[in-house]
Amino acid sequence: MKEIVIKASGVHKTYNETKVPVHALRGVDLEIEKGEFTAIVGPSGSGKSTLLNIIGGLDRPSEGKIEVGGKDISTLSDNQLIDFRRENIGFVFQAYNLIPVLTAKENVSFVMELQNRSKTEVDNRVKELLDAVGLGDRGDNRPAELSGGQQQRVAVARALAPKPTFILADEPTANLDSTSTANLLDIMARLNKEENITFVFSTHDRRVVDRARRVITLVDGKIQTDEHFKR
Amino acid sequence: MFSIFKMAFRNIWRNKRRTLITATSIMFAVFFAVAMQSLQKGAWDNMVSSVINYYFGYAQVHKKGYWEEQSINKAFAVNDEITNTKKSPIEEYIPRIESFALASSGPRTKGTLVIGVDPELENSLTDLKEKLIKGTYFEASDKAVVIAEGLADYLKVDLRDTLILVSQGYRGVNAVGKYAVKGMVKFPSGELNNQMLYLPLAAAQQFYGAEELVTTLVLKTDQPKAIKQTVANLRHELDTNKYEIMDWEEMIPDLVQARELDEFGSTIVLWILYLIIGFGIFGTLLMMVKERSYEFGVLTAIGMPRWKQSLIVWLEIIFIGIIGAIAGMILATPLVLYFKNNPIQLPQEMAEAYEKFGVEPIIPMAFDPKIFLLQAFVILGMVTLMALYPMIKISLLNPIKAMRE
Ligand SMILES: Nc1ncnc2c1ncn2[C@@H]1O[C@H](COP(=O)(O)OP(=O)(O)O)[C@@H](O)[C@H]1O
Ligand SMILES: [Mg+2]
Repeated sequence: MKEIVIKASGVHKTYNETKVPVHALRGVDLEIEKGEFTAIVGPSGSGKSTLLNIIGGLDRPSEGKIEVGGKDISTLSDNQLIDFRRENIGFVFQAYNLIPVLTAKENVSFVMELQNRSKTEVDNRVKELLDAVGLGDRGDNRPAELSGGQQQRVAVARALAPKPTFILADEPTANLDSTSTANLLDIMARLNKEENITFVFSTHDRRVVDRARRVITLVDGKIQTDEHFKR
Repeated sequence: MFSIFKMAFRNIWRNKRRTLITATSIMFAVFFAVAMQSLQKGAWDNMVSSVINYYFGYAQVHKKGYWEEQSINKAFAVNDEITNTKKSPIEEYIPRIESFALASSGPRTKGTLVIGVDPELENSLTDLKEKLIKGTYFEASDKAVVIAEGLADYLKVDLRDTLILVSQGYRGVNAVGKYAVKGMVKFPSGELNNQMLYLPLAAAQQFYGAEELVTTLVLKTDQPKAIKQTVANLRHELDTNKYEIMDWEEMIPDLVQARELDEFGSTIVLWILYLIIGFGIFGTLLMMVKERSYEFGVLTAIGMPRWKQSLIVWLEIIFIGIIGAIAGMILATPLVLYFKNNPIQLPQEMAEAYEKFGVEPIIPMAFDPKIFLLQAFVILGMVTLMALYPMIKISLLNPIKAMRE
């Protein structure tokens, strides 16, 4: 039985901010199932970030529809979208994901606390995840005291903490060296299996693409190929 | 909720220098404002209490229309209706019979204010006895005068000399009398010093042909701050068709107006001061929001409601405001207390001008918690108002744009 968590139908995005309109997405149809570990690849400017932002409710399509867990999110107001993101989506950005004044632990627990989860639940989950990303002993460090790779691991832990419907990661390894990249991918792949949480990430790094079980290639705002791999 | 306070508190120390500069500027503003207002209030309170204690008292009862006409024909008897109202906070009604008379001695004649007073009661209000420079104070049964020094000089009279007083008495009777000088008083105020002549009440009533009558009852109270209420109550109890009850503000409106004008001036100075400080705080806010817009983008993206983000910024700026305001108050307290207990002595020329009006030539500072609280409220209000800016910024923030820098 397949469970569709994300469904994009006929999504177009045109930026009209500049004199010449930019067609970033030109008709994207996409279904993502629960538990997938999917990479969105494509050259720079092909529309990867735009697609992730629209799926994540950070931006709205110019045309088309996005359904998350069967729910059409285009009808939600800005503030409803904030609540929706908090309850349903985990985000990992390219860099500077973390709140500088909070420790690693506090960053991981942040979204759960916004959701008013009980303290014991939060504490257990934070410990479990920091151990899982190999930073069990760095919980009391602030982001500035962590390396770039460590910060991205904390960001992954934060995204996973509330067990969201899916996790979106826009070029999470773009600022990392190859060791840290491999390490982060290992962690993401393992947690994807262990917790059966859907991951969608964008990248143009070959080494990252090779880890994905599904690879969607975007070219000029259109899906060019959509391949599945057994890994 | 806890994490909001935690974040706000830690954010404050993110840029220690800026926080300290902002808090320090608030501290100096509050310090200056408190010092200025305490000094002003102290000066005026001193002025008012001098004028009140000198002559007027906090309130007076007259026959209706007396204050306007100042005529001896508006004298009245102190009956039960009035004495029955003498209860706390009214300690005493101090009787006076006042009118003008010509005083002469030998070839010299001068218009004087001849006041009949109860020697002991009058002294309890105005310390008349303390002002004696020659002779002795009169007693209730005496038929002798206590004369102001300037007037005595003019008439060239000394102790035990005789004065002849001529006036129009109650209801037009001829008032004539001969009185020995028993004591001489000196008033700092030139005006009083040149025209005051005191008689014991009974002698004055006889002189004016107004047995048992008075023109003025000065109200002595142990709660001067509640004088408005006391007067209002009295107006209720006494027949206001027969009597007029006036508080000191109604009797000396010029002084009240001068004070209001002065306070208005300093209010403007304070507004300007706060405006300058306000710009400083606003600059801090601008920088706080600008350098953290990426962070607000992340917070909005991962689902922190915008009002919670605004609350953090508001808490931060309010906290800086409170630190500054408290520091300013702490700094001002010893200064105000010192000058309350050791008033500033005015230099010679200014002192003379003050004394002319019967005001002690000092400026004490008033220690009034209201002045302190007012500053706290002004800062709090100002900071809250300014926190609207980051709130608006945050409410309009587009997370994608904010994170694209
Ligand atoms: N806010 C925007 N305004 C105008 N053009 C934009 C904006 N964001 C992205 N674009 C354009 O849309 C296209 C797709 O961008 P993007 O989704 O960031 O691609 P990718 O992430 O694959 O590099 C690019 O041509 C980019 O210049
Ligand atoms: Mg991109």
